[in-house]
Order: sequence, then structure tokens, then C-alpha cells
Amino acid sequence: MNLKISTRQVDGVNIVDCNGRITLGEGSVVLRDQIKDLLAKGQKKILLNLGDVNYIDSSGIGELVSAYTTVRNQGGELKLLNLTKKVHDLLQITKLYTVFDVKDDEATAIKAFS
Amino acid sequence: MSGDRLSYKWDSTLETVDNAEQTASRVATDSGFAEDEVMQISMAVREATVNAVLHGNAYDPEKKVELEFERTDQDLVITIRDQGKGLDEKKIPDPLAPENLLKTSGRGIFLIRSFMDDVKISTSQTGTEVKLIKHVHGETAGGKEASQ
Repeated sequence: MNLKISTRQVDGVNIVDCNGRITLGEGSVVLRDQIKDLLAKGQKKILLNLGDVNYIDSSGIGELVSAYTTVRNQGGELKLLNLTKKVHDLLQITKLYTVFDVKDDEATAIKAFS
Repeated sequence: MSGDRLSYKWDSTLETVDNAEQTASRVATDSGFAEDEVMQISMAVREATVNAVLHGNAYDPEKKVELEFERTDQDLVITIRDQGKGLDEKKIPDPLAPENLLKTSGRGIFLIRSFMDDVKISTSQTGTEVKLIKHVHGETAGGKEASQ
């Protein structure tokens, strides 16, 4: 299933709910465009909810890294929420788990934004 | 599919990447691998096919990607061939090095080697062949952990 994305705002934090696969091609482009759109609107607090993402390939991992650095370079913050086991394991073996700020509770994640 | 061999020749497209992944998932499942291992095998095949389509054949419509699946008594062996200029693995930076962690690409081969028991890459001016091997253990297949 291709990636489907919806956004909502809670206490000034933009939560991007992702559902599907983040892989080379459409899935990566959808995520990239969403991040770009939020930043263009001046929204720099972004919480990527990956609870319904059960598959990411190396291109998808690259897209997460790109989103993280793009937001950070513009003075914003990007955090990850609700990793599935598969995505968690992938971030562990690629040593990215400690690079990203990963949360497993939405309320806690929102409070963690400065 | 013990003793069986499946062969495919596909175009250098993103559709081929998805087809390769789905075929690998089906073959691995039919070979008795556990769910986690099926995911590992199918992802390794996906990454190898991405390399073949993008970096090897560079989406050239004249160039094809060949896939072979062979189940022996001991192994599931998957071979992916492209018709590109060849891959020099030594030129791929270590994706785990601190200075490379935030790079947006370069993790494909690393993931392939992480997920498979053995990986053989041979390259020439006429293309690259990547052989992915996952050992089968007993009546049901097992992974790296089970073999250690």
C-alpha cells in the first residue's frame, strides 16, 4: 500500500499521521512534499507518527534523514512517534535510533517540543 | 520449491522493484522461512533490485534486470543481475561511520549484508551480479541467529 498522510495540529505541534509504506518512489515523494509544505507555512514543529508504517526501505530511511536535517536546518524540530517493530529494528541496525528523537506516547512527544 | 529454479527478466523500472520484492516474499514463504526472515529476504532483494535498476541500468529501457530464485536443500539462493557499468563496493562509504549517519543514501548494500547469511557481489564492465544466500535449517527455515 502506498503512503497516505494526514496532518493535524495539537498545541502548536504538527502531527503527520503516516499510513502505508515509505519506499523508493511515490511513498518517499509524498512524505518529502508534506514536510516541504509544512515548512513553507512556517510550521517547524513536526511529529511524524509512524504507527501505521510497517515497511521502510533504504530510500525511505534516507527520506526520514532528509526530513530531519531539512527541518533542523530551518531551526525546527522533527521527532518520530510510535515506531513499529520493523521500523524500530531498521533504525537500530542503521544506528539512526539515537539520532532521531523517538517517542512512543503522543502527549509526551508534544510536551517534548521546545 | 526444493530443487526448483525460477527465472525472470524484467525492465529497468520501479515496477520491477516491487515485483522482485513480492516474488521474493512469496518464494521465501513457500520455502518455510519465518515471517521476520521473509521480510529480511524480500527487503534484501528489493534493495539489490533498486541498485540494479537505478545505479546499474540507470532506468535504461534497453537494459534488463535478471532474477533467479533457487532452493537447494541447504539454502535459498537469489541472484540479481544488471547490465550496467559495474559496482565498486569499495567506493561505498560505511553508512555507520559517524560522518555518514546523516547521509540520505548508501545504506542498501549494508542492509542486504545485514539480512542475508552470505552475499557475493561480482562485477564486470558488462554488469553486476549479486548473489544472496539464506541458509535453511531443518524442516523450517531459520535465520542468522539460529545458525550461531
